[in-house]
Amino acid sequence: MSKNDRRRFLEMMALASGAALLGGCDRLDKSKSFRALLAMADAPTDFALHALTPENALAQEFTEADLSPVFRANGSINPQTPEYLAMAANGFANYRLRVHGLVRTPLSFSLGQIRALPSRSQITRHDCVEGWSCIGKWKGALLGKMLDLAGPKANARYVLFHCADSLNNDNHRYYESIYLSEAYHPQSILAYDMNDATLDIPHGAPLRVRLERKLGYKQAKYIVGIELAANLSGFGRGKGGYWEDRGYQWHGGI
Amino acid sequence: MSEARLITTYRHRLPVRVMHWINVVFLFALLMSGLQIFNAHPALYWGDASDFSSPALSLTGKPGPDGDLRGETQIGGHRFDTTGVLGVSQNVYGDPARRGFPMWSTIPGPRNLAQGRRWHFFFGWLFVINGLAYLLWSWRAKHLSHDLAPTRGDWRGIGKSLWDHMRFRHPTGIEATRYNVLQKLAYLLVVFVLASGIVLMGIAMSPHMNSVLGWMVDLVGGRQSARTLHFIIAFSFLAFIAVHVFMVLVSGPVNQMRSMITGRYRIRERPTAPLTKGDHVKE
Repeated sequence: MSKNDRRRFLEMMALASGAALLGGCDRLDKSKSFRALLAMADAPTDFALHALTPENALAQEFTEADLSPVFRANGSINPQTPEYLAMAANGFANYRLRVHGLVRTPLSFSLGQIRALPSRSQITRHDCVEGWSCIGKWKGALLGKMLDLAGPKANARYVLFHCADSLNNDNHRYYESIYLSEAYHPQSILAYDMNDATLDIPHGAPLRVRLERKLGYKQAKYIVGIELAANLSGFGRGKGGYWEDRGYQWHGGI
Repeated sequence: MSEARLITTYRHRLPVRVMHWINVVFLFALLMSGLQIFNAHPALYWGDASDFSSPALSLTGKPGPDGDLRGETQIGGHRFDTTGVLGVSQNVYGDPARRGFPMWSTIPGPRNLAQGRRWHFFFGWLFVINGLAYLLWSWRAKHLSHDLAPTRGDWRGIGKSLWDHMRFRHPTGIEATRYNVLQKLAYLLVVFVLASGIVLMGIAMSPHMNSVLGWMVDLVGGRQSARTLHFIIAFSFLAFIAVHVFMVLVSGPVNQMRSMITGRYRIRERPTAPLTKGDHVKE
């Protein structure tokens, strides 16, 4: 082999191994068992997030001066499901929020009743899983206080949020879930006002949840039902949320 | 030179070699899955929130005058046509499409934020564990104090070392078995500034961790600043890797690779030759 041949051979090898490496990553990514291996990192992440932060530690709050001039609306921004269109047609006058599942007293709330519950206002940063952030002001009913009215049963472990929108305009409704304990975080509210105005449709009218220590996809919009459950297997594809069923982490904390 | 005898020395200890090669794999998995995540919103900002109207950097695709998609990279007030690589590049069907970084640079290749995140957090944990193991070992085995901490002589010789590097003159004798001062500083910078910094800036992006690390997020100027720094440090790693590999290539790649794989490094020994002015022996 001449020196030139050897160089060409080495170059070819370098190129080929580079290509094999890249192709290999994509092949690996399609393998079910490798995906399961990668997903094994989610549990330690969830554990670390909770272990490293006191349960009631507050996410940073900001001032009116920090409010984003444009608060991007993402995901569903104009739901077209029949039930949502019916609700929106008369300005949500007939809206009811059902609180059910593992509770002692299933309840149903009108918007007026929700507005009469103990509330909290907060100016917080919304972090989208895509990477951007916007700062908005939210006012809403304390989620924990509402759940206390219904009385969680001892075996309730999760809080599910059932929504009226469908991202793909099909039969899959958006849904989300959190630990029951997270519903009692001081900043967990069911928001009906945004930036001192009634919540608009792109941002989740008439009611959306704010969980300020979580990414945007956890902040379910267009909520019509809150359900307490012992496990998540009976809902959607069993991963605890619309995006979780499509490969996103359930903890939604990073 | 002709009388010089080749002798084999032991240069890199096993834990360093193992953790080095593990890190090569982890770093590339992290860099490439990181670009996949970045592609979900290919723009960077400074501050707490995103000012969509004036990003610090953005990779966008817009139809040009002929109707074909043109990729544009914007940095501050400057705009560059980067069609084919940044902003617009081929999709899985080979057609030009809007994409921050091209498919060959991301894991997975096709756009998939969910999987990009899975790769990133999986290898993120491994990177942190490997890094902590390296720090612990380096401290206990005195790798830090003996091999990496610059000596007083190192500091005095820094000008000469710079001059030697600029002329690509590398020691081949006994002094080649030790890190030179620029090497020491580069490795310390990578371990204590880049590696620690990129992990901290990653954690600073977590809204959950924000409830205890708000002070750190404020310290760097806000969450979007932390994201921008995370990105800048990632490219600093890439720059380090480029220089690192270049230095291996110009200072005897076979010898260098062997020493990083087997630990054995060959040096020229000239026991009888008197030291000349240009020689690079400590003290």
